[in-house]
Amino acid sequence: MSAVSLPAETEAIPARELTGAARAARNRRLKVWSIRVVLVAVWLGSWELAATYWIDPFFYSKPSEVWAKLVDWFTVGTSQGSIWTNIAATMQEAVIGFLIGALAGIVLGVLLGRSPLLSDICAPFIKALNAVPRIVLAALFVIWFGLGMQSKIATAFILVFFAVFFNAFQGAREVDRNLINNARVLGASRFQVLMTIVLPSATSWILASLHSAFGFALIGAVVGEVVGAETGLGLLISRSQGNFDTPGIYAGMIVITVLALLAEAILTALEKRLLKWRPTAAHEQGAQL
Amino acid sequence: MTTGPVIELRAATKRFRGATGGVHTAVRELTLSVQPGEFVAVVGPTGCGKSTTLSLVSGLEPPSSGIALVRGEPVLGIPEGIGYMFQNDAVQPWRSVLDNVAAGPRYRGASKAKAREKARVWVEKVGLAKFAGYYPHQLSGGMRKRVALAATLVNEPSILLMDEPFSALDVQTRALMQDELLRLWSGTNAAVVFVTHDLDEAIALADKVIVMTASPATVKSTFDVHLPRPRLVEEIRMTPEFQSVYREIWESLREEVDKARERSVVAS
Repeated sequence: MSAVSLPAETEAIPARELTGAARAARNRRLKVWSIRVVLVAVWLGSWELAATYWIDPFFYSKPSEVWAKLVDWFTVGTSQGSIWTNIAATMQEAVIGFLIGALAGIVLGVLLGRSPLLSDICAPFIKALNAVPRIVLAALFVIWFGLGMQSKIATAFILVFFAVFFNAFQGAREVDRNLINNARVLGASRFQVLMTIVLPSATSWILASLHSAFGFALIGAVVGEVVGAETGLGLLISRSQGNFDTPGIYAGMIVITVLALLAEAILTALEKRLLKWRPTAAHEQGAQL
Repeated sequence: MTTGPVIELRAATKRFRGATGGVHTAVRELTLSVQPGEFVAVVGPTGCGKSTTLSLVSGLEPPSSGIALVRGEPVLGIPEGIGYMFQNDAVQPWRSVLDNVAAGPRYRGASKAKAREKARVWVEKVGLAKFAGYYPHQLSGGMRKRVALAATLVNEPSILLMDEPFSALDVQTRALMQDELLRLWSGTNAAVVFVTHDLDEAIALADKVIVMTASPATVKSTFDVHLPRPRLVEEIRMTPEFQSVYREIWESLREEVDKARERSVVAS
């Protein structure tokens, strides 16, 4: 039992070596961040300059105008009412579409992944459905479900479902046969095998897809709103377009981007929690990408 | 209570359909029996179909022809009281050591608390008490084997099937695990079928060594090992009795190993 290395036992490392390593890591972080800041400054500065002296700001806008628009939205309000009601509407559509789509994707993906007959039967239909340009369905859903929330939820759902479905399917197929046999010999029923072996081992696949899936849910909600809506960020963007208000389009994009990043952070935290059994090195790298 | 053999294979044959459409016969006309409390080792050249023998007994694979009996009953599905230790450790990476060991009782309907209580006893028996809360990736190969052993034994099987369980371990750890297995097995009166390609291991552990032919596998000959118990595998290896048994069985095994080797040379 002595020849075992465990993460809990750390060797005594000279203090000087430790502080040296810490300083090197800090310096590197500093370098990375300063270059990032410089890049953004150069980009925004050149845009501002170009729009002031050479190109027409009516079409291309400029950072100061976009900023002014954002400030205006958050302090005074938008043409479609308070910015927060619009954000709430879009987020509600995206989250509901995401939840239903992810749930349906996981359930069907795992089911088909575990049943060769079912997956053989469904394979051509699923391939065909996946080949349909799904974003166009948003137009159809507006006709079906009207200008209200349902049509956007449906668009978000359809985008999320396929992203999650394929990963859940793959994850359920790649379960170690040994683990399943072992569980069966230990006395597990088919349902227990599904819940205690198949689902946990498909989890890393499923979680990987959820990252991009929330992005898809937002896209679905916003595109749905652009096509036709009574409220929401997509409506703000389409109204700005109608009024040749270029800064408004940019401002809408920025708000949506921030929302997507926030959701990403929440999902990463969830992933870390659910996958705490995995070796740390592997999933830290995964989270970085 | 039946007094006959606890495991019996009668002319059992198993064929698999190959990936290219051909049919591969893994075992052919296999006949053997194991008494209650008996420790049987099955040796044969690598890849000859020894593992298939175990899947027939465990009910994971039905025989293509012939019959497999456990306690006199034909095997349909997985029989009661079977424990199976696989070659690759089949521990669940998302469960802690304790919960891995508790999985068996949980599957059989014990409450979480009861199952953990039972598991804790076995985690201690295999010497992992301090690591009960660790995840498998934090353990060494030998420790993961201990987890798998405890997870198998916690169900108190009366039949223990072992498929080269220690082959991936280094020599010292392997000897340690062999002793551990003998210690935990003694007094349980469980019948053991231990598949290995290591003749040393087979003789050190077993009461009876069955030599299999090169593929398709069938029983070539059976040898009784009359070495006293309790045994310490490292020490028993030095005794002249061990060496004479070894020579005798090796004579029989060598032909099959040569045959398998020739075939792999021709194939490659």
